[in-house]
Amino acid sequence: MSFEEVKLLLTEKFGTDVIIGEETTGLQPALLIEPDKIAEVCLELRNNSSTYFDFLSSLTGVDYGLEANRFGVVYHLASIPHQTQLTLKISRENNRSLDDLPTFPSITSVYRTADWHEREAYDLTGIFFEGHPDLRRILLPDDWEGFPLRKDYKTAEYYKGIKID
Amino acid sequence: MSITIPKYDAALNNYYQKIADASTEDMVLNMGPQHPSTHGVLRLELITDGEIVKEVIPHIGYLHRCFEKHAESLTYQQTIPFTDRLDYLASMNNSHAFVMGVERMMGIDKEIPKRIEYIRVLVCELNRIASHLIAIGTYGIDIGAFTPFLWCFRDREHIMGMLEWASGSRMLYNYIWVGGLFYDLPVGFEERCSEFIDYFKPKMVELNELLTNNQVFISRTANVGVLPLDVAINYGCSGPMLRGSGLKWDLRRIDNYSIYPELEFDVPTGKGEMGTVGDCWDRYKVRVDEIEQSVKMIEQCLNRLRKELKRTPDFDPRSKMPRKITPKAQDYYIRCEGAKGELGFYFMADGKSEIPTRVKARAPSFNNLSVLPELAKGVMIADLIAIVGSIDFVLGEVDR
Repeated sequence: MSFEEVKLLLTEKFGTDVIIGEETTGLQPALLIEPDKIAEVCLELRNNSSTYFDFLSSLTGVDYGLEANRFGVVYHLASIPHQTQLTLKISRENNRSLDDLPTFPSITSVYRTADWHEREAYDLTGIFFEGHPDLRRILLPDDWEGFPLRKDYKTAEYYKGIKID
Repeated sequence: MSITIPKYDAALNNYYQKIADASTEDMVLNMGPQHPSTHGVLRLELITDGEIVKEVIPHIGYLHRCFEKHAESLTYQQTIPFTDRLDYLASMNNSHAFVMGVERMMGIDKEIPKRIEYIRVLVCELNRIASHLIAIGTYGIDIGAFTPFLWCFRDREHIMGMLEWASGSRMLYNYIWVGGLFYDLPVGFEERCSEFIDYFKPKMVELNELLTNNQVFISRTANVGVLPLDVAINYGCSGPMLRGSGLKWDLRRIDNYSIYPELEFDVPTGKGEMGTVGDCWDRYKVRVDEIEQSVKMIEQCLNRLRKELKRTPDFDPRSKMPRKITPKAQDYYIRCEGAKGELGFYFMADGKSEIPTRVKARAPSFNNLSVLPELAKGVMIADLIAIVGSIDFVLGEVDR
């Protein structure tokens, strides 16, 4: 199913609000999805026999830079029976306070792959996933402060009293 | 400055509570990080009831080297040595994937000379054999067979020697560059390589007789750790893990990248010959069969490299290398068949700088390992060792 057909399918099912925009300039076109709808959209894309995106290749947490103050998640879906790929993006503006993380719905109920990938996105970019069963840090220690892949991250000088060179 | 919002700490507190509760009724057993059969620094926290494993909680990150953070402050070319350190048993495959992604973003992927593409695939397949040999050898050791391990390392040593000859390094090559290669193959490499293939073929037959069809080995691995296909797909498993569950899914065939469409090879899948489709033996067998296919590909590459793509005195493997690597502003996700499965790199380029704004490495081992808690529910501890070994992960790639 082509990119345009996927777009049509989603707007027919969820209304026109579900697709905020699209990026078609690069080699791989991407759909910008309304953040709160992402779990339903993924479920529909996985279960509909004409799309059948059953494989979540990758899930990336992104910090869009200091001026934008925008955080997002990029999903790369792949369909094994149809041999197609699709990129979905969600993003929203948020402040950089550690007490108020950008929050998106979790898609672990659709793809189990998302479990560890969302934990990684939380760990490194500080994105909170609502509804995730076990959102702990995964690569860094549990007591690590800050989120290293944020653009305003300052490298820690000490870890538990040990100087980091 | 720590997080004070309770909902951010809820999962951590639940985890502590679970371990505290389990300590009274059941036993909490730590396996690793320094445990020989966890293949590196993986820590598994087991909640056990006698010999039965009720739950496995993997703890990773002991080998975290901040790959993504590094990649955000280095140019594409400077990042290539870091990609070597992801799956350090198959470094060529990593840099090949990374380099292809950058080349496609630059739009120069069609201009790469055929000889370079063939050399790339040749070294990648050699490296894949080396990686699978380690997987097979260490799997034998997990089960209790010591000899195959020594045999595999003996044969792998030849590959290491050849790749060192080509690149100057034994494991972390930095050989495949954007738009070209570090150097052309050394004079006499093709001959040495075909000598190795002639030597290696009967060795694989020996290895199969020793381990693959060994009744003790079959008893330990058949019908153990059965991974159904739908679970494998839902957990994002790929490579020999997914093919072991019976699906013919090889990105070398699906995406037809590089010169793979010109090569003849089959995609081996698990058939459940000794037990159920998707058990540990199937996953092991897929790797053994893949070595055979890689040997076939290497022979075809050597054949062409010695005939129509012969080395010429004026051939410069760096002639197509761009002076400045500044791709247009775009996002690109490249996926390749690494030695362990679908290896992906996601690039975000802003079009102005030589440094990407975001790079994400989608490591196959990371996803393959995430299925372990599902596979290990209710198995014996000894079987858990067999399951962990059959996943064949590399912690350098899991932790990045």
